[in-house]
This record gives sequence, structure tokens and C-alpha cells, in this order.
Amino acid sequence: MSVAIKLVSCAKTFADGTRAVGPLDLEIPPGETIVFLGPSGCGKTTTLRLIAGLESPNPGGRVLFDEADVTEISIERRNVGMVFQSYALFPNMTVGGNVEYGLRVRKLPAAARAARVEEMLGMMKIGELRHRRVDQLSGGQKQRVALARALAPQPRVLLLDEPLTALDAKLRDALRVEIDALLRRLRMTAVYVTHDQAEAMALGDRIVVMSQGQVAQVGRPRDIYFAPQSRFVAEFVGTMNRLHGVVRNGHLEVMGGRVPWRGRGGGEVEVLFRPERAAIVEAGAGQVKGRVATSFFLGDRTRLLVEGVSSGTLVVETTDRRDWEPGQDVHLVIDPDALLTLDR
Amino acid sequence: MARRGRGFWAQLAFTVLVAAFLIVPVAMSITAGITANFFQGVKSGLTTRWIAEVWRLYRDTIFLSMTIALATLVVDLAIGVPAAYVLARWRGWLPRLVEEALVLPIAIPGLATALALILAYGTWREFRTSWVFILVGHVLFTLPFMVRAVLAVLSSIDLPTLEEGARSLGASFRQRFFGVVLPNVRAGILAGALMVVTLSIGEFNMTWMLHTPLTKTLPVGLADSYASMRLEIGSAYTVMFFFMIIPLLIGIQLAARPRKPATLRDEAA
Repeated sequence: MSVAIKLVSCAKTFADGTRAVGPLDLEIPPGETIVFLGPSGCGKTTTLRLIAGLESPNPGGRVLFDEADVTEISIERRNVGMVFQSYALFPNMTVGGNVEYGLRVRKLPAAARAARVEEMLGMMKIGELRHRRVDQLSGGQKQRVALARALAPQPRVLLLDEPLTALDAKLRDALRVEIDALLRRLRMTAVYVTHDQAEAMALGDRIVVMSQGQVAQVGRPRDIYFAPQSRFVAEFVGTMNRLHGVVRNGHLEVMGGRVPWRGRGGGEVEVLFRPERAAIVEAGAGQVKGRVATSFFLGDRTRLLVEGVSSGTLVVETTDRRDWEPGQDVHLVIDPDALLTLDR
Repeated sequence: MARRGRGFWAQLAFTVLVAAFLIVPVAMSITAGITANFFQGVKSGLTTRWIAEVWRLYRDTIFLSMTIALATLVVDLAIGVPAAYVLARWRGWLPRLVEEALVLPIAIPGLATALALILAYGTWREFRTSWVFILVGHVLFTLPFMVRAVLAVLSSIDLPTLEEGARSLGASFRQRFFGVVLPNVRAGILAGALMVVTLSIGEFNMTWMLHTPLTKTLPVGLADSYASMRLEIGSAYTVMFFFMIIPLLIGIQLAARPRKPATLRDEAA
């Protein structure tokens, strides 16, 4: 049932001359959930639309489902399921009617349609909403209906364009967990577009980080987080701290102290590290010293913005229960293995 | 209940006065149409004689007006709804220009439009003397109302995304136009349709120029009766016009009732 998707030098230039997607090559194995992640305007939605068949690539670009070239096949006949940020439910139909629509246009017999609608409503746990009008639904319910509708005709791939963006935070988390379980269970090839890196991490088997129409990095969420290949990826995914200093005698000397240096090179450098790789220690035990600029109590932890270690502000998190005041001294140990040297 | 201030009573009196100012002539007209002798007043007795007289003299104009109104509606639906769809889907300056140009027949006096039609096609005898000539004028005049009404609804729903959803589910253009687009603009079509029929039935300006003695519509007949018949007959004629037009006006109000807001248009990612 599930297909592999292959993009071969797919580029998209719009009528006004703007290049939305650069020529890009990508292979998505069958059954994988791949997430396109990037800031607004990075080309992730356009790439999804190329796969869907809502846009066609510039001449030379090809889209393949398994080994079949579908570049010239319109979306109507590509058999893809789509879920939109704005739900795109048909207001003139009930929930049941929406789910049934794809089966009706395929002219399935009534009994088969009814059985499939029943199955989909059951799967999305919205059986009791069957006769509701879509404007009587909450956002979360609408997106469940949209999923049921997209899956009813048994599409070859499922394409989701920011499906959770319009929902509030709590609902977003709940539905994300459900979509994740659904995709695992169906083992369907799925392409998921989002600008939310937490969503991407949680859902993706692999993440494609995009920037300015190009693929910045493709990898498992862990690879993307722990081993970003560029400064853009490092800073877009999660939080990154910058240390600016000079390497001298096996140490990186910064404004607030010095950290053991295991990297190559010397002279003036700028390195990055994740907040969780720095620990707050007692005075005297620290490698570097700074001052608390602001503290945010988050309940399970406290986030500190620390000045004076490097030219910028560092983000450090701690689970201790101390009451951090602005201006207070803070002593840090930074794991030397956590320091990343990345070119622009 | 709170005591009403002097302002309330002043406003109420003013409103009643204005309403009366507008309603009294209507009531007078109706009364005149069913009074045996208007100059003697209602005490001369009420009668349906004048209405029967109007029916005898002018019933052809009533049927012609209804025929033209329905034909106008059919043509406006066939042209206006697809036109609105194209205007809604098509981006850029050209569709906006077309939309504005479409409104010109409303802005230009009907007499001028009629004269232009006569200058251009007046020598084409069969056309000039048939009611279709009037139909053309009415379509020109009413089409923008249909297009605007449908376009307003089309722009309030996220049509491109709805259609993309339908396409992804395998729906052909025909299937989604009739299954998704039309049902969702039904309110606009209905409002436009009632508007078109009402305007067509009441249109005088242009029709007065376009008609021939054999193609008189109701309003043209009205003018004729006012000019040459006794006052009671003209008034009875008005009464019949009311009977035709008031249900339509009520229909427009019902169709144009505010609907629930459509799905919010989301910002593009």
C-alpha cells in the first residue's frame, strides 16, 4: 500500500519569477513519516504541493511514486490524502458527508461507502459527530474529520500541511500524539509540513530542514539536534548559545573565564552549545562566571538569561529550586564536547 | 421597567412621522385602487372592478414582465455565476477591471444604454420587435447584481483551499463545481436571483425606450395607464404590482440575513 516518494531535481519558479524551491533531490522510503521543517517562506509548503500535484515542477524536475513517474499526473488522479491547516472541510456537508466525499466521487457503491465511513469515524473517534454540520465543530474535531476524510479513499501517501498550527497549545499536543500513533499504525508514507521544531522532533522519522528553497539538512531528529551541519540548522532547531573567544593554550578564553578546548584550530573562534550542556555549580567550581540578567520560572525548571560570559546573552536552564535574582552571580561548567564549531 | 426619557418619545415620534410620510402614499394608492370613486372617497364603496379592468386591459404586460424577469434570471444564472467564479479564482488587475466594467450599466442612465442598443441593433427588425430585445437590456442592467452577490459569498469562503481539498479527494472540475462550489454559494445565488427578478420586473427607464406597442412590460403599462386612464385604474394597477413585488422583497430580506461567519482564512505558511 505505501509507496516510496522520490523527488528528482525538482525546482519551482513562480510566474512572477520568484524561485520558491531550488532544484532538490529527496527520497522518502515507503512508510516513513518525513517532516519538512523551516521558517515561513522556506519552500516547505511548495515542496509538499509538488508531491501532491498541486504545483508542477519546472521542466526537468520529476516526482516519482515508487518507480512510476507521476509528474504529469494531476492531483485528482494521484491518489494522495491531504490535510490542510485551514481544514478545508466542505461547509455544505455534514461530517459524514465530508468523509464520504472521496468515496462518492470514485463512485463506490453505497454499502461500501457506508462501511468505510463508519470505519474512518470509528478510527478517529468521531462517530457521534456524524450528522453534525462542520461549523458546529471545534478546531480539534475539524482536524479529526479532515484526517478521516483524507484517509477514507485509502490514499497512497498522506500529506499534512501545518495541520496543528490553527489549534491552541494543549489541543495541539494531544492531537500530535494521536497523529503520531495513527501514522505508526497505518505505516503510510506521510509528509508533514511544520514550522514548529518540537512538532517536527516528535513526529518525524526524519526531518528535512529547509531554508530559502534548499534542503539545509536531512536526518533523524537526533542527528538534526545533536549534529547540526550548519549554523542555520543549529539555531533554527532548539536553542543555541554562542561563545565568542580566543583559543590559547588548550583553552577557549571568553569574557567570563575559560573552557577546555578540544577542537582544532586556534585564534579567534565562535562556538555554539545547547543550554542543557551547561551546568550551574557553586562558586569556585565553575569554569566561567556570569550575571543573571533575567530569570523565568517555568515550574519544572528555571530558565536564566546570563550576561557577562560572552558578548551576547546565554540561555541556561536549571532544575534547582533557588530563587534567582537579576544581578546575581552565576558559575557555569560547560561540557567541552558540546562545543560546536560551525561555518555559516 | 425603567422610565423612558423625553428623548425616547421624541425619537419615537420622529420615526413614526417619517414612516407615516412614506407609508401614507402607499396606503392612498392601494385605497384608490379599490375604491369605487376616489373623489367621493371610501364612502362610495369598495370594489374589485378596477382590478378586473386592469386584468382585462393589461394582463399581457404582467405575463410579459414575468416572462422577461424569468428569462433574465436564467441568462444571469448561466452567465453570472460562472463569471463570478472566474473573477474569484483569477488574480491580478484584469479581473478587477472586468468587475468594475461590469458595473457600468448600473452607473450609465438606462435611457443611454437603451439608445445605444437601438442605434446598434434597431434595424434588425425581428430582433427589435421581439421581447428578446428588452431581455438584452435587462440582462445588461441586472447581471452585475448577480455577479456581485455571488462574488461576495465566494470571497468570504476559502474557495481555493476547498477546491484543493476536493481535488485531492479525486473530484474532477465538474464534480467539485457542482458538488462543492455551487452548494456553498447558494445563499449568494439566491440573493442575486431575487434581486435580478425584482429589478427586472420594476425596470422602467430602459424598457420604456426598448418596448414596442406589442412588447409592453408592467411598468411601461403602468405609465401608460397613469397617463391615459382614470386614476382608479392606475392605482389598481399599482396594487397588482405590489402583489408581485412585495413577496420578492421579503424573499430578498430573508436570503440576505447574516449567515454564520465562514471558516477563517488562515495566513499562508
